Amino acid sequence: MINLTVKTRDGVAHRIEAATGLTLMEAIRKADIDEVVALCGGSCSCATCHIFVEAGPDDIRLPASEDEDDLLDSSDYRAPNSRLSCQIRLDDRLDGLIVEVAPEA
Amino acid sequence: MGYADVVIAGAGHGGAQAAIALRQHGFEGSILMIGREPECPYERPPLSKEYLAGDKDFARLLIRQDAFWADKSIAIRLGHEVATVDPSRRIVTLSDGATVTYGSLIWAAGGDPRRLSCPGSDLEGVHAVRTRADVDRLRCDLDTGKRRAVVVGGGYIGLEAAAVLTKLGCDVVLLEAFDRVLARVAGEPLSAFYEATHRAHGVDLRTGVLVESVEGRDGRVSGVRLGDGTLVEADMVIVGIGIEPCVAPLRAAGAEGDDGVRVDEYCRTSLSDVYAIGDCAAHASPFAGGALVRLESVPNACEMAEVAARDICGAPVPHRATPWFWSNQYGLKLQTVGLSGGHDAAIVRGSPGEGSFSIVYLKEKRVIAIDCVNRVKDYVQGRKLVESRAIIAPDRLADTSVPLRDMVPA
Repeated sequence: MINLTVKTRDGVAHRIEAATGLTLMEAIRKADIDEVVALCGGSCSCATCHIFVEAGPDDIRLPASEDEDDLLDSSDYRAPNSRLSCQIRLDDRLDGLIVEVAPEA
Repeated sequence: MGYADVVIAGAGHGGAQAAIALRQHGFEGSILMIGREPECPYERPPLSKEYLAGDKDFARLLIRQDAFWADKSIAIRLGHEVATVDPSRRIVTLSDGATVTYGSLIWAAGGDPRRLSCPGSDLEGVHAVRTRADVDRLRCDLDTGKRRAVVVGGGYIGLEAAAVLTKLGCDVVLLEAFDRVLARVAGEPLSAFYEATHRAHGVDLRTGVLVESVEGRDGRVSGVRLGDGTLVEADMVIVGIGIEPCVAPLRAAGAEGDDGVRVDEYCRTSLSDVYAIGDCAAHASPFAGGALVRLESVPNACEMAEVAARDICGAPVPHRATPWFWSNQYGLKLQTVGLSGGHDAAIVRGSPGEGSFSIVYLKEKRVIAIDCVNRVKDYVQGRKLVESRAIIAPDRLADTSVPLRDMVPA
């Protein structure tokens, strides 16, 4: 298990524990945070699980694939630290990760 | 006799999202969600993909953890469905005879998989792919060594199932009644591409084929008899020939509609304080020239849920969402935006031979939809062309050296 902080759109920081092996999207959903809709269920087909990485390893701030990069382009709120949370696989390295849910597209 | 301010009939994507959205928008009244299946709301799309393949276990499909619903004071009654609706007294009667009075009713009952009407369709080993229980039964057949599969229906469900079963080492015969797969939802170039892909992966794909009967031995499937008398031997039959919207109680109560139940742009049916959302809700879509459409997709169910919830919360916003859809087969990512029905031209952009292309659908010269295979950029950038119903010359649309973004009218 690792510890994560998820800031929701109301500015509240939620500290959650998550199992490694899950995706960040699944961990957020498991913590019953409603703002990450994740319509496609994590198959990198939409951009409804968009988050910003506030603190974490540098490489986690960059999209993992061209598809993810392209999908993030569909958001008016794209930032240099934008990611699709379904494309972040949780491992021990990500203990202490802080992310913020992106505004609704 | 129970009471709930909002009764939600159905606990699929639409029902779950309606309950979630009501609470998100500050609704403080009582909510009762009634689900036919024994499970709390879960994601259906993986049923024909990762769940069938065994790549994702069920716990990962849950839309929320079981405790969430109680935490949000959303009551759930599972294993029940609404049998009758009395709109004048605002009472629903459940399958076990219990009655519940509602303030508002959200009908989110989805659809039942259409069954084969031929002899043998109820034999053991004939499967639908709609619920977890359906797929568990199919997986049980696979676990006991059944390997010869006949898939009836070349729509998305049938094709996705065929792709997974092939990957699992099954011999798959896919039968489609029309002269091409995906005939109802996509243009010919896409059909041809998916037919070629499935055949290249070893699927024996046959189009223009009618099923005469399902043959059995000792109550279990042994084959499928085709219209021309041919027998295709099989250990299991997977039927993916569409759904019938579950609206009988609502229609019996007087709700208007031909195919499903008709709703207005706020998802209201013709019955007072009764909404319908998702697969069973026919609505006039600006993406279909204002024609009534019934969309069978998760995004549509969730968007309509949002619209109904907002209306109940007194902050109505009309349903205007751009339709989109996805399908994954053999590592190919198909994404669709818009509705291609009624198109009069289909422009291929990119190279189907290289497995990365889009099809831009035009109607009276305007872009109405785009199918994108392994071409996420076109999907993202083409959305604006669909939303603005842009007029772009076909040769320009086909020119992959120009990004679709650059074609969006200023």
